[in-house]
Amino acid sequence: MFKTEPIMINFGPQHPSTHGVFRMRITFDGERIVDLEPIFGYLHRGIEKLGESKTYAQIIPYTDRLDYLASMTNNHAYVLAVEKLAGIEVPERAEYLRVIMAELMRIASHLMTVGFMLNEMGAFFTPLLYMWREREKILDLFEMVCGQRLTYNYMRIGGVSHDIPEEFMPALRRFIDEMPGFIDEYDQLLAENEILLARTKGVGILPAEKAINCSVSGPVLRASGVKWDLRKADPYSVYDRFDFEIPTCQNGDVYDRYRMRILEMRQSVRIIEQAMAQLPGGEFRAKVPATLRPPKGEAYGHVEGPKGELGFYLVSDGSPNPYRFHIRAPALLNLTVLRDLCVGRLLADALVILGSIDICMGEVDR
Amino acid sequence: MTEALSGEDVAKQIGERFPNAVTDFDETAVFIRGEDVLDVARFLKEAPGLEFDYLTSITAVDYSEHFEVVYHLTSIKNNHSIVLKVRCYDRDNPRLPSVVSLWQGADFQEREVYDLMGIAFDGHPNLKRIFLWHGFAGHPLRKDFQGNV
Repeated sequence: MFKTEPIMINFGPQHPSTHGVFRMRITFDGERIVDLEPIFGYLHRGIEKLGESKTYAQIIPYTDRLDYLASMTNNHAYVLAVEKLAGIEVPERAEYLRVIMAELMRIASHLMTVGFMLNEMGAFFTPLLYMWREREKILDLFEMVCGQRLTYNYMRIGGVSHDIPEEFMPALRRFIDEMPGFIDEYDQLLAENEILLARTKGVGILPAEKAINCSVSGPVLRASGVKWDLRKADPYSVYDRFDFEIPTCQNGDVYDRYRMRILEMRQSVRIIEQAMAQLPGGEFRAKVPATLRPPKGEAYGHVEGPKGELGFYLVSDGSPNPYRFHIRAPALLNLTVLRDLCVGRLLADALVILGSIDICMGEVDR
Repeated sequence: MTEALSGEDVAKQIGERFPNAVTDFDETAVFIRGEDVLDVARFLKEAPGLEFDYLTSITAVDYSEHFEVVYHLTSIKNNHSIVLKVRCYDRDNPRLPSVVSLWQGADFQEREVYDLMGIAFDGHPNLKRIFLWHGFAGHPLRKDFQGNV
């Protein structure tokens, strides 16, 4: 007689496929996963507590260090929340610049997601380097406007830190002209690749109802067929002035989550093109007191980030520091579904599922 | 545009069903008693016309004389939102019913509130610290936390 028993392994926290210091405690029956528990906290820096001892303006660079692959978006969500709290009007030009940066950031983040996901399928670094090629151009653009390539600290309460330099628009034009061709290139290489299809079709299916119930947001939610994007559902900045689609998929499997990123990059290009054409002149920053003291009260500001709904909940007691500073992190909440998607699958599938959810530990652990 | 429902309207609707649950309301938020959280949340999730199917966020604020647990609820179906708040006056052992049975998205967020603010959620399937380690003393987001911050 054979006696069998489940075996438990620790996956991570140091492992190239976990996107940072993330650990999964996985229980196997043979090769099949029967249980999976995500374990967080290795990158917990207590940003919410730190925020309580900083002024509103000092917090902006801390937000860079949440999802560091989408720092512009974090800046954006935070300054929107502060502006809501303090009732600050933002010049139109600044709003357009923010939208341009946020959409470039979305493209850069999606490129990384797709690239790393393919890495996890065994296409070791070749596709990723293609994606890196384009991301590099976006980082060059960001460097032009704020001198930084990763933690931008570009947005300010009431606007942005600098107006764009002369060379920015021609470079952006070049990028926007090239990018659709590059997206086609990825699509040709990947969309019908037999290995990619075999590894992703029907893997990790997330039904729409479950996605909503688990507070999932962003491309993961839309891949399950839920047409919910804050840029349309609750427009902020100047998103209501652009003509773009909210793509959705139907099956909610890993393949659809991959498709979502490709489709969304195309829409981002569309938005940037319109924003470039409409970009008005004028001020790039409103006059805001150096030490801002918002009136007593609270505000919740949110944006549709590359990973989902990124929200900041701020409570003011009238002092220069927020009384409470809470971050609604989409990457953490999207992980709610990880266990259920992985149970019954193989370890190799779990990695691809994790890659398709797209996490960044800076944001998960905060 | 997501419509922020008025606290007064929603308070009235809750009050018709649960006469003692609502303690207060303001422009955007409804304050309810701690023991009614699960019933009121189920009502908000299921009542026709409200249908808050999406739990956007759970967090907590320490106002020293009481804790305030804040639920941001959204209805994807109707594109409207409301803020639900609960005050806990017991500093030593604050407890609330868990809403994980209604929205699975509450799982990690309730654990986070428990870890950092020290509010326990009854009925949570796996209530333990989420970011800090098992032996950590205290809850850092409390205003009286004494630590190296």
